[in-house]
Amino acid sequence: MSRLQIENLSVRFGTGEPVVNQVSLTLQPGRMLALVGESGSGKSVTAHSILRLLPPQAHVSADSMTFEGRNLLTQTEQQLRGLRGGRIGMIFQEPLSALNPLHTVEKQISESIAVHQGLSRSATRQRVLALLEKVRLPRPESLLGRYPHQLSGGQRQRVMIAMALANDPTVLIADEPTTALDVTVQAGILDLIKQLQQDMGLAVLLITHDLGLVSRYAEDIAVMHQGCIVEQGLTIQVMQAPAADYTRHLLAAEPGGSPPVADPNRPVHLRTKDLRVWFRQGPKTLFGRKSWFRAVDGVDSLVRRGETLGVVGESGSGKSTLAMAILRLIESRGDIELDGTRLDPLNRRAMTPWRSRMQVVFQDPWGTLNPRMTVGQIIGEGLQVHRPDLNATERAEQVATMLEEVGLPATWQHRYPHEFSGGQRQRVAIARALILRPELLILDEPTSALDRSVQHQVLELLRDLQARHGLSYIFISHDLKLVRAISHQLVVMRDGKALEQGPTEAIFRDPQHDYTRTLIDAAFSTRVHALG
Amino acid sequence: MTFNNPVHQRQWQAFRANRRGYWSLWIFAVIFVLCMGAEFIANEKPLLVNYQGNLYVPVLQSYPETTFGGMFETETNYRDPFVRELIEEDGWIIWPLIRFSYSTINYDLTVPSPAPPSAENWLGTDDQGRDVLARIIYGFRTSVLFGLILAFASSVIGIAVGAIQGYFGGWIDLAGQRFLEIWSSMPILYLIIIISSFVTPNFWWLLLIMLLFSWMALVDLVRAEFLRCRNMDYVRAAKALGVPTPTIMWRHMLPNAMVATLTFVPFILNGAIIMLTTLDFIGFGLPPGSPSMGELLGQGKANLHAPWLGISAFVSLAFLLSLLIFIGEAVRDAFDPRKYLQ
Repeated sequence: MSRLQIENLSVRFGTGEPVVNQVSLTLQPGRMLALVGESGSGKSVTAHSILRLLPPQAHVSADSMTFEGRNLLTQTEQQLRGLRGGRIGMIFQEPLSALNPLHTVEKQISESIAVHQGLSRSATRQRVLALLEKVRLPRPESLLGRYPHQLSGGQRQRVMIAMALANDPTVLIADEPTTALDVTVQAGILDLIKQLQQDMGLAVLLITHDLGLVSRYAEDIAVMHQGCIVEQGLTIQVMQAPAADYTRHLLAAEPGGSPPVADPNRPVHLRTKDLRVWFRQGPKTLFGRKSWFRAVDGVDSLVRRGETLGVVGESGSGKSTLAMAILRLIESRGDIELDGTRLDPLNRRAMTPWRSRMQVVFQDPWGTLNPRMTVGQIIGEGLQVHRPDLNATERAEQVATMLEEVGLPATWQHRYPHEFSGGQRQRVAIARALILRPELLILDEPTSALDRSVQHQVLELLRDLQARHGLSYIFISHDLKLVRAISHQLVVMRDGKALEQGPTEAIFRDPQHDYTRTLIDAAFSTRVHALG
Repeated sequence: MTFNNPVHQRQWQAFRANRRGYWSLWIFAVIFVLCMGAEFIANEKPLLVNYQGNLYVPVLQSYPETTFGGMFETETNYRDPFVRELIEEDGWIIWPLIRFSYSTINYDLTVPSPAPPSAENWLGTDDQGRDVLARIIYGFRTSVLFGLILAFASSVIGIAVGAIQGYFGGWIDLAGQRFLEIWSSMPILYLIIIISSFVTPNFWWLLLIMLLFSWMALVDLVRAEFLRCRNMDYVRAAKALGVPTPTIMWRHMLPNAMVATLTFVPFILNGAIIMLTTLDFIGFGLPPGSPSMGELLGQGKANLHAPWLGISAFVSLAFLLSLLIFIGEAVRDAFDPRKYLQ
């Protein structure tokens, strides 16, 4: 018997096209159903409509929506409130914003116990401790009084799970539970959810865009595309023999391939020696010892011409700070050598001519373009600084060529950034960086905010540009699959230090360091829990 | 900042959608333009004189009385019935709508001043026999001009200071904030009263003194906006391109701060007008004899038996301030990102 059954669910906002169109899903006890799709495919809206968590302008209609024999469509708001956090638990993507920053861990969890069970204070505390133990948080007593900001991302997500489990739910809805987390933490959280599912016989709805996770954890899969379910079935079957074109498209978009062949005897392009970036932290006392946060702590690295140096590490490992230091956008100690010239002693003015020779692309496609400038103005800005001899028409010509080179129509230069999708914006950002014809491009998580299939296209573009112009890249990412697909050399960073470096394939084949091994395991292991 | 920018277009549409604010802007603009030409509406000199086939423009140029066959070498007094007769014998006169300037004293009153409204003095006269309507028109012009110049100058200074504090941060920011705290705790009204006891305050003196204190209104807003923006990726990308700092501030960061600024300008304008009126009312404002709302309110208070003084001043002041508030509300709503960033 199914725990939760949805038939022909449709959701539309206002009078627009339906964002969820005739979706039918069934959750079985003790099984995990993965709802997979790219951003905007309507998977979160589907999940939120189960507990009627959508904004009031959403129109929800369905033939039936039954939970343990009860019709959810006819439940009053009051009855639904009993289900939310009670029989149906929910975990959200961003644990920092889903937890109330002013409440302690104990208060967060006991709140829903108090609402649904009305236990005494000491019984509640026992229950909270048991839950924290259940989500495998070490030393639960010490956590009770902590506030969300004092916890790590993984711990926060575990607290969220504890909250969702507080009232012995039978259905757990996990909306991208690990997207905001590092890979090693990600594996721990999903292992936990899987374990709970098996122990407690939970029916789990896992919403994700990551097919790698699905094949490892979920028994069943439903692929969503533009509001419709295009394919549904057992994960193993769907993965091995996808029936729908879209599923095949998604599977093909998993990063693969290898970087363009590079000659190992090329001259050195960029070299850093003992590069350090320390930030002062803690309260300042007049004569006290200063305490430092070592964001980057003595990194030696080397990029040859036409090669890609991959930099991997988890959040907080200092990868982005390293990039900022090489670009001389933050203060650093140690040598930075570009084409044999020391950059670190140069002042702002002397640095300007060098700026055109190394450029940067940032992660967030929405924050990287000034919303008040046209794409032509954005791309042409660098020319205004470094090529003042060009007039407006010549600039526009160069911008047009550049747009075509990154695969966008040249006529789009009069458009504004808000008219572009995430992938197109990243192309514009790449065009802005490339218009000065730099030889070194620093890519700081350039595809992390993009869907897999778009990611794939951007990666192809980068490889193509490298092959055509002989560019050198520094490719920063937390995604080992991506890094493997593009870099020749690899640096593994942790706590500001370079743990391991060398040729990419050598490191993947034979990692020297335990930490590297953990990272690789988390990204590539194909442990399948599937029950068939 | 082009008008083609879709963001600006949507803001303009949102502004137009607020009918009250949109019409207030139009009414204010019309009144403002009319008041700029106050000399052509309320004046003791004719607009045009035809005398012996020659055209004279007394409103722009001064002619001695001898031009029209009088006997004095001084400027013609066109209100003198004798001069009027001289001209009309051999020509004609076109008068402005109101035949009084702000300082014209009506000596032909049949009742003691302040005289109640009549066909000649539509809103009556004040206690010195000057036409109230003419004084309101000129006073309106002074108030609005004063407010506009003050709002503009304090915006420029406030934005510049806020931008520098926000962009550079650190010590500059810290020092600036402390200075602002000290400076803003000065009692501005007493300072003006003290200063006006040893300089004779005219329009520009008052402007300068008030500017010393009014520029702080925008600093915090602009500073916060710049603090937020300086970590945006597009600002970092511009730095990586080697774009000079002033250009980054001007092109990438200022437009964001302008939203906060433009929202505040109508209210700053309002505050400036109220401040000027207050000073005139208590007698520390513009030099004696200048037309002003505050002075008229003061007369209304001193002459309670002549209600047209107080009522006229009150109605015109309330009208002006309400218009500005309506415009300000519409601007604020139009710039609300929830309205145009969908």
